[in-house]
Amino acid sequence: MSDWVLLAAVFLASAVEAVEALTIVLASGITRGWRSTFEGAGAALLALAALVAVLGPAIARLVPIDALRVVVGGLLLVFGLQWLRKAVLRATGYKALHDEDAIFEREVARLSAVPASGSGRDATAFTVSFKGVFLEGMEVVIIVVTLGAPSGRLGVAALGAGAAVLLVALVGLAVHRRLSEVPENAMKMGVGLMLTSFGTFWAAEGVGVAWPGNDLAILGLLGVYALATLVTVAAMRRGRLATVEEAA
Amino acid sequence: MRYLRAFGRFWWDFIVGDTPEIAVGALAILVAAALLHHLRDAAVVVVPLAVVALLVGSALRGRSD
Repeated sequence: MSDWVLLAAVFLASAVEAVEALTIVLASGITRGWRSTFEGAGAALLALAALVAVLGPAIARLVPIDALRVVVGGLLLVFGLQWLRKAVLRATGYKALHDEDAIFEREVARLSAVPASGSGRDATAFTVSFKGVFLEGMEVVIIVVTLGAPSGRLGVAALGAGAAVLLVALVGLAVHRRLSEVPENAMKMGVGLMLTSFGTFWAAEGVGVAWPGNDLAILGLLGVYALATLVTVAAMRRGRLATVEEAA
Repeated sequence: MRYLRAFGRFWWDFIVGDTPEIAVGALAILVAAALLHHLRDAAVVVVPLAVVALLVGSALRGRSD
């Protein structure tokens, strides 16, 4: 597998999660102050980096490669299909789009209602920011470890995640409240396609299937799944329109 | 015990959540791939087709959520 494909997959997946975490960090920073918010986010990022540093090499060293591919491939297949399903339902109007602006307003209202804790560290800002970054980041950790460990490229995967978090943080601080302009659903669909392709490849390889063209088969799978997803979205959109017109 | 239960629930929600058909389907695809691995041509066709069928089936089921 090319380093670039791995980098792109981790980068996109991390960027989607980072946007969700940033919404919480911005809401906390604006309502409760930036110092404690940054401390909470920083502590969460350190904890996540430590998890990758400990889990990645340990898993790669202790688990036999075929077993690792089956487990990791199976997990990626499940995550990828979950992301794709959600993206398809959002693209066809059966599920509401993830509205970061609405989530932001809700968080601001909730945090404004909590009284300030006086001088020193604001425990509410620290905790909210820590939890937001840590929970959203857990999915990134799993993706970094599962994509990086079996191929022995944990460093490349971690680099992709780090670059995504940095880029989203910089862009987010610059645009502030306009997070809804991020094409989150399209990114989610792209990540779902990549995770499903990697998952299928590794899981099947782990149980002994020999793919034609070796790693190049991942690109073939990506093409097949992208086409199937586009056809499904188009068919479900038509079906939904027909139902709405019938009801009118 | 409470932490163990919370840990188990976290992973259950993470892997199964509200789409148990995906978890069960992915497991069935893995078993099919293991059974078909000696017939390479069949495995490399059946496995991706099964994944597509699982995606379409789960998305159609999601319309009524």
